[in-house]
Amino acid sequence: MAATPLPLEVRNIKKRFGDTEVLKGLSLKAHKGDVITLIGASGSGKSTFLRCMNLLEQPDEGDLIVHGEEIRFKQTRHGREPADWKQVVRMRARLSMVFQGFNLWSHMTLLENIIEAPVHVLGKPKKEAIEQARALLERVGLSERADAYPAQMSGGQQQRGAIARALAMDPEVMLFDEPTSALDPELVGDVLKVMRDLAAEGRTMVVVTHEMGFARDVSSQVIYLHQGLVEEAGPPDQVLGNPQSPRLKQFLAPKY
Amino acid sequence: MLDLHGYGPRLLEGAGVTIQLAVLSLALAIVLGLLTASAKMSRSWLLHRVATLYTTLIRGVPDLVLMMLLFFGGQMALNLVTDALYDRFGVDWYVNLNAFAAGVLTIGFIFGAYMGETFRGAFMAVDHGQIEAGKAYGMSPWLVFRRIRFPLMMRHALPGLSNNWMVLLKTTALVSVIGLSDMVRIAAEASRATHEPFTFLIPVALIYLLIASVSEWVFLRLQKRYSVGFGGH
Repeated sequence: MAATPLPLEVRNIKKRFGDTEVLKGLSLKAHKGDVITLIGASGSGKSTFLRCMNLLEQPDEGDLIVHGEEIRFKQTRHGREPADWKQVVRMRARLSMVFQGFNLWSHMTLLENIIEAPVHVLGKPKKEAIEQARALLERVGLSERADAYPAQMSGGQQQRGAIARALAMDPEVMLFDEPTSALDPELVGDVLKVMRDLAAEGRTMVVVTHEMGFARDVSSQVIYLHQGLVEEAGPPDQVLGNPQSPRLKQFLAPKY
Repeated sequence: MLDLHGYGPRLLEGAGVTIQLAVLSLALAIVLGLLTASAKMSRSWLLHRVATLYTTLIRGVPDLVLMMLLFFGGQMALNLVTDALYDRFGVDWYVNLNAFAAGVLTIGFIFGAYMGETFRGAFMAVDHGQIEAGKAYGMSPWLVFRRIRFPLMMRHALPGLSNNWMVLLKTTALVSVIGLSDMVRIAAEASRATHEPFTFLIPVALIYLLIASVSEWVFLRLQKRYSVGFGGH
């Protein structure tokens, strides 16, 4: 039997904004079922790195391979860009992202948000998509809110809804960009619980987070970034339990 | 009772011309406005320049002057082409610039510039995160536009759009100068013939008011539809 391709691999990603080089050559391999957490101070490049994985940011250098398919790039006047946007669209449909600011579509109900991409991108029959959406809403504890608009929901509800929207794509890899950072403290727990369940069922996830408890309990790998470079990486017991670099030690030290 | 001296049916016909002219011009203006807004927001230096030239030119020159320029100038340009065709190839083909088409083109062209600014402002007001979410879920640029960017933009554009429409509606009165029999021209004719200006101008004013009121209602409905999900209910 042929080996199944890695869900996601990135190699030597570099990115600069103007004169500042924010990513100085970052690589990552996600095997099926991996939960990789990216930690680091703000400005370390962790969110930019994540956004390069689905090309919301265009890396200036480096390779991106999704499910064994390498994304082709070309040089243009505006810098390096994907050579084939159809390929990008296809690849993005395999990775779904959960944003810090939720980014649910405000003119659609929660249910409409969840079926939007499955129906219009994947071409799923609407009836089937609705059934699936209801099951997902049940899972994230939002059955009652199917017909609510995002503006009528709390931040925690919106983020759980956004996770349901991501799950509806049946993604190969889920990308989480600081999913709990915009939430009131008492709402963080519900969102983390949903994410822990996903990890437990073997979802492949790449998570940018400040929640060290989550990183410690759930990750298969923790990557600590500092100024666009990997400073330390490995299993959580090692990176979080026995940090080597002084910067990471300081980063993990209790703040008060 | 109001005696229209037999001009009633022609006045109604004129009102029909006014409405058709306004609606077709609006459609053209919306298309041009969306194109202009996209050009102004594009990365292409050339598109940006062309769109800026267009809006600057249109917004800086009186509508009446533009209309005559386009109508008379357009006819002259057409004549040049048809004359050349005759001289060179012996093609005997002559086109008279239709006053209705010239009216739609001019008004559409003028209001396209205003719509362009309205749409540009509205596009910029759309929450960028929601656009990104569309991209991140594998939507093509056209799908993102159709399902997300456009409906979200419309909520911001509608007040300006409805304002532009009201001005456009009244601008149609100018087409009488290029010989189109809209209701203003017919009322003017009738006033001169009968020496009773108020008998015709007051009904004309009322018809404009009626069209404006109906459109206001339509825009309110649209506003409601595009505001769905934005609190307040």
